[in-house]
Amino acid sequence: MKKVAFVMVLLVGLLLALAVRDFPAWADRNSPASQSPVSSYYVSNTGADTQVPNLVTAVLADYRGFDTMLETVVVFIAGLAVWAVLQGGRTVRSRNRGDQVQFEPDLIVTNTVRLIVPVIQIFALYVLAHGHVSPGGGFQGGVAMGASFILVALGWSLREALYRFPLERCFAVAGIGILIYAGIGLLCIFCGGEFLDYAHLSSVLPVSPQMARYHAMLGVEIGVGFTVSAIMFALYACLSTGGRMKGGL
Amino acid sequence: MIGMFEEGSIFTQLFVERLNYFIYVVLLMIGLWAMIAKNNLIKKLIGMSVFQTAIILFYVSIAVKEGATIPIYLPEHDPHGSHQPVGAEGSLEIADQSLPMQPPAPSAYTNPLPHVLMLTAIVVGVATLGLALSLCLRIYRAYGTIEEDELLAKLEEVDARTGSSMRSGRRRRAFAKKPKEGRAR
Repeated sequence: MKKVAFVMVLLVGLLLALAVRDFPAWADRNSPASQSPVSSYYVSNTGADTQVPNLVTAVLADYRGFDTMLETVVVFIAGLAVWAVLQGGRTVRSRNRGDQVQFEPDLIVTNTVRLIVPVIQIFALYVLAHGHVSPGGGFQGGVAMGASFILVALGWSLREALYRFPLERCFAVAGIGILIYAGIGLLCIFCGGEFLDYAHLSSVLPVSPQMARYHAMLGVEIGVGFTVSAIMFALYACLSTGGRMKGGL
Repeated sequence: MIGMFEEGSIFTQLFVERLNYFIYVVLLMIGLWAMIAKNNLIKKLIGMSVFQTAIILFYVSIAVKEGATIPIYLPEHDPHGSHQPVGAEGSLEIADQSLPMQPPAPSAYTNPLPHVLMLTAIVVGVATLGLALSLCLRIYRAYGTIEEDELLAKLEEVDARTGSSMRSGRRRRAFAKKPKEGRAR
């Protein structure tokens, strides 16, 4: 079995290496990907269309808003699925009960966590809110925010973290994030445009259509940040305890 | 050996001009090997992550253009940058619409599209990895092992006891190997 696998892997690698020889050289300006009209349009017209300096955010939240919305839904569903999968079958095997160690939270660790968690959260909010003008956005800020909750769980205990941010609230916040995203899209319909066509929001916002896209992108990123941060913590809480929500790391 | 670095030789083509793509092939092979040949489900998942990293490296390598900067507008192209005329009351709108900005040339910035695709792929990769790990936990809870051969043997036992099998007899014989003794869990 292993020999067959080895031959297969070598064969695939050989074929890919042969194909690599036909690729354009690295960083070639005239490669098809660099010449494609789609990305050229993004680079040339994002500023005039949306007033957003960060091209990646503009493409993510505006030009490809549908993609990102359903991507957020995928993250939400994955979080729910992890919880649902780990809920079942808990009576079958409970032999790890004896391995659990009762411990006091360490003084140095808890005080360090106490100091750096606010900093992490402020930085996460900065990354989220500055997603237009500097590297960042909803996904990155959301992950940093979720990491701060995980740090609380690691520094004290999961019980402490779940007391502050219960699992039900996690999923509620994640759902609210998707509702924010989809709600902004629906608002565009009510303003006379198509779904997620932010330019039409200028009829309710006191700004030009370009700036309406700019601000709607911020709202959409906030929705993504809600979902991602809540699901990151839910994933940690579920996986580290095997769905029992007790003990954990 | 002298001719190795000459223009057009295979060595130059693979290791100098396209080193990123070569590394992507190697990473992809490592991930594929782990997914096919490893017996432990967690190791298979590690292989899946390595595979995913290879694809991410491939896409990000595509985005690079020589002499281009990151896909965030420099001040001269930034609609709100210091080079733009600002309205009298300091509003963020461009004051003078009669002076449209020069649209930047596509060669000035790297391709943003692969970066966007990989940004979402990374996040979804985390979510799917979490789901896969939880499935592994459930499998371990139900069968007490995550080694593939032991798992198949246990499934065979269950099938033999209940007399129901989802697999056909021929395939069952092919899979019915004895698990290795003394494998470390």
